[in-house]
Amino acid sequence: EEAEKRANMPAVSKGDGMRGLAVFISDIRNCKSKEAEIKRINKELANIRSKFKGDKALDGYSKKKYVCKLLFIFLLGHDIDFGHMEAVNLLSSNKYTEKQIGYLFISVLVNSNSELIRLINNAIKNDLSSRNPTFMCLALHCIANVGSREMAEAFAGEIPRILVAGDTMDSVKQSAALCLLRLYKTSPDLVLMGEWTSRVVHLLNDQHMGVVTAAISLITCLSQKNPDEFKTCVSLAVSRLSRIVSSASTDLQDYTYYFVPAPWLSCKLLRLLQCYPPPEDGAVKGRLVECLETILNKAQEPPKSKKVQHSNAKNAILFEAISLIIHYDSEPNLLVRACNQLGQFLQHRETNLRYLALESMCTLASSEFSHEAVKTHIETVINALKTERDVSVRQRAADLLYAMCDRSNAKQIVAEMLSYLETADYSIREEMVLKVAILAEKYAVDYSWYVDTILNLIRIAGDYVSEEVWYRVIQIVINRDDVQGYAAKTVFEALQAPACHENMVKVGGYILGEFGNLIAGDPRSSPLVQFNLLHSKFHLCSVPTRALLLSAYIKFINLFPETKSTIQEVLRSDSQIRNSDVELQQRAVEYLKLSSIASTDVLATVLEEMPPFPERESSILAKLKKKKGPGAVSVNELEEGKREGGELNGGGERGGDSSSTPSPSADLLGLRAGPPVTAAAPSAGSLLVDVFSEAVKQPSPTAFLRLFVCKNNGVLFENQLLQIGIKSEYRQNLGRMYLFYGNKTSVQFVTFTTTVTCPGELQSHILHIHTWNSLEPLIEGGAQVQQVINIECLTDFSDAPLLNIKFRYGGALQNLTLKLPVTINKFFQPTEMASHDFFQRWKQLSLPQQEAQKIFKANHAMDTEVLKAKLLGLGMALLENVDPNPENFVCAGVIQTKAQQVGSLLRLEPNAQAQMYRLTVRSSKDTVSKRLCELLAEQF
Amino acid sequence: MRFMLLFSRQGKLRLQKWYTATAERDKKKMVRELMQVVLARKPKMCSFLEWRDLKIVYKRYASLYFCCAVEEQDNELITLEVIHRFVELLDKYFGSVCELDIIFNFEKAYFILDEFLMGGEIQDTSKKSVLKAIEQADLLQEVLIYCYIDQVDL
Repeated sequence: EEAEKRANMPAVSKGDGMRGLAVFISDIRNCKSKEAEIKRINKELANIRSKFKGDKALDGYSKKKYVCKLLFIFLLGHDIDFGHMEAVNLLSSNKYTEKQIGYLFISVLVNSNSELIRLINNAIKNDLSSRNPTFMCLALHCIANVGSREMAEAFAGEIPRILVAGDTMDSVKQSAALCLLRLYKTSPDLVLMGEWTSRVVHLLNDQHMGVVTAAISLITCLSQKNPDEFKTCVSLAVSRLSRIVSSASTDLQDYTYYFVPAPWLSCKLLRLLQCYPPPEDGAVKGRLVECLETILNKAQEPPKSKKVQHSNAKNAILFEAISLIIHYDSEPNLLVRACNQLGQFLQHRETNLRYLALESMCTLASSEFSHEAVKTHIETVINALKTERDVSVRQRAADLLYAMCDRSNAKQIVAEMLSYLETADYSIREEMVLKVAILAEKYAVDYSWYVDTILNLIRIAGDYVSEEVWYRVIQIVINRDDVQGYAAKTVFEALQAPACHENMVKVGGYILGEFGNLIAGDPRSSPLVQFNLLHSKFHLCSVPTRALLLSAYIKFINLFPETKSTIQEVLRSDSQIRNSDVELQQRAVEYLKLSSIASTDVLATVLEEMPPFPERESSILAKLKKKKGPGAVSVNELEEGKREGGELNGGGERGGDSSSTPSPSADLLGLRAGPPVTAAAPSAGSLLVDVFSEAVKQPSPTAFLRLFVCKNNGVLFENQLLQIGIKSEYRQNLGRMYLFYGNKTSVQFVTFTTTVTCPGELQSHILHIHTWNSLEPLIEGGAQVQQVINIECLTDFSDAPLLNIKFRYGGALQNLTLKLPVTINKFFQPTEMASHDFFQRWKQLSLPQQEAQKIFKANHAMDTEVLKAKLLGLGMALLENVDPNPENFVCAGVIQTKAQQVGSLLRLEPNAQAQMYRLTVRSSKDTVSKRLCELLAEQF
Repeated sequence: MRFMLLFSRQGKLRLQKWYTATAERDKKKMVRELMQVVLARKPKMCSFLEWRDLKIVYKRYASLYFCCAVEEQDNELITLEVIHRFVELLDKYFGSVCELDIIFNFEKAYFILDEFLMGGEIQDTSKKSVLKAIEQADLLQEVLIYCYIDQVDL
């Protein structure tokens, strides 16, 4: 095996060369084909397997060598299904390099085999307690590399201790900090900083720069999640930053990088500060502003080195400082300085700097203080869009143009973006189209410009014009009568082109069908000419477009009675009335019938002009928001602009989940969804709109929860589409819930799915939920289906499980999330007791945390009978003649959970005069008192 | 940082380090896709690009591409210097490093990277500290643990 003749191996192998490994690697490299490589690997795998299985115990060196070979094979992309045990054995070797290879193997090839994890954890535990810093670091690295939940469970408690212990070596502290960070990212619930918080924050003051560098990553992550607990880090970070910024380039010795003092740490400090608002303390703030100014000043100084590393490190800090300035958005002076600095970079010879400057300016454009300053660079940015050789830079330039656009420069920017679109890379065309469409709509002063722009979009990049875009132009034309004539004329002209995009035919068909009469006076666009023009495109179009055209034709019959016979003839032709496509055939048949039997009046009513659409958020905007990337920033900005009175309708508070918004496509045309006549009929059209605007109003998931605290049956949810009824019964710690889903419409719901999830803690140890019968994915119009859910309460809980319902109605996705009304009181067993017993137990539960109390205003009439009914519904026993004050109510019960029983007592004291209640709950468990009190306080 | 890849101009993966749990299948797919994207770029192009929901920062050193995937809020320029510092560390350790060193001593390359970055974050930026840790480890190679412990306890 260890032949000498192999070529192409480095002469020196560092450390302990493993000769066999080098030979093997060399063999692989000499393989002429993939097959040869696989053959060689299989031979090696067989060899290793036999060594591992052999009777002769392997020495540590051989084991290490073979494990290392396996690792190499794995990294080449081949599967490895053995050797894990040998690697684990290496962990407990007494030779450092063997241990090290063992850990490397585990880190790269961790297996969720639980038996193995236990062994690995044991080895780690030994190394962590070895007090040998090198071994401790190896173990910490392994934990950080694997980062699994099992490891978090085993070590999340121990690592903070290592991190803050006085006698821990610096190198171990560094590893411990980052190891903890990794565990926090995977299992935040297991990393409890509590008592360590302040000591961890003070690591920012540590003398060792390496410790600070490692610790700050941890602190930043923790601050993002718990800003209040960590807020003392702000002043510490400012003073640390100030010391670095003001130090000479050689002060920090090895932490100076190409004459820049501690660039990594500086960036991280600036990043940490971005988790917080500007410091309130004037002195701290002053010091920070001074730092930021110094950083901006340094950018103007001549470079201390010509190396790119020097300028990169320096500019990394500068960009991070600018991010912080933008984040604060409160120092006009700094914002404008930042903008000027970025302006210089826009023309820098380094592509990287131009890219970053464009990107960073995008966010500056959204600040009121710097928007104007950004705008002054418009020519440079347009030039970048035209001349940059790298598509990613051009993309940034397009983003920036979009962000800096306002009423004053919209025409120029839209024109530039349109002309760029002609040569734009395919990968970014769709996004560009959306952006142009949005800008054109947002800043349209005269709508003929808007119509021209959209038609140009279709002409230039028709394939990338999504439905949202052309639906929107129709929506706007319908809503604005000042542009309808112009739109009709323009589409008519556009359709003259011998090859026009199908999207153009769609828009043309729709608009001429509605407003063709506005240009019919001109003999060049007489009704028949219009019809013939449209129909000349018909045979080239897809089914949905043909369907749309058929609707346009029937509208023509209404608009222009003189076209009736021509159009009827077309409808009557075999290619229509016997079309193999059901939708087209149905339309042809129905339209033909409608045109022959309906009176002119009826026709005029059915085929009346579309009524205006209710204004709401542009569907295009919703689409762009779904797209990721830095464009998202500018979309936020756009929304703000919109609220200030842009052309788009409000609705800025829409939540992040745009998928729950039914696609506005359906409400605009309803072509594919509804039956054909409905599509053209205005009354039906507007009904659809209403239905959807209702569905848009999502109930808050908790809205209905309150209603079910004291009752088990009722309607959980209802809108115009769907009703959800609920019946439930509970015994001991078990419950069964029946859900009834009713389709209130006459159209079927398809892909109907429901999922019950238990968020957070509920999932693992509080509530077991099983859904029984799986639902059919289809609910016919008017039908109801039933679902059964079994519930088991393991220990007490406060949150409620979530029920998510998804289905499609007429092509639009409906997405609904509700809280299931499972509350802790459902598991009450009433307990009858006499007055004496009650007060004795009341006294026994006298620890302060066992009691929860609320004083609140009455929300309903204080009717004794209603109160009694509600308290009974709560599930406790209502005890008569117990409280000396007959006005008061007292109750007793035991909550049954699998883990334990929780006795609870309740006292409700109404004060009719003040219209107030005082509610007191005492339980053997504090969380139960608290939760019951919260639930009940909303009931009276 | 989500992951770091080292690959050659010929599209051979030389080192991969993943800082978030990723299925092997996805890793292979991502590596393939990303190599294609990066190798298709011309010199003098910008060192940053958007890819999926990540930012990619890459730089070519001789025949090797160093490629890092970082998150939206991460600083691109400092990431470039993370790459450079890693290259310096390799260079210092191997003595003007070349691709072959990394191929034949891949385990050492991993050890050096681990000393420098942990969980995708910088552990220490000082060249001395990182190399000290590695060299100390090399010295320790064949030393028995109990000897070491004895020394410490003394």
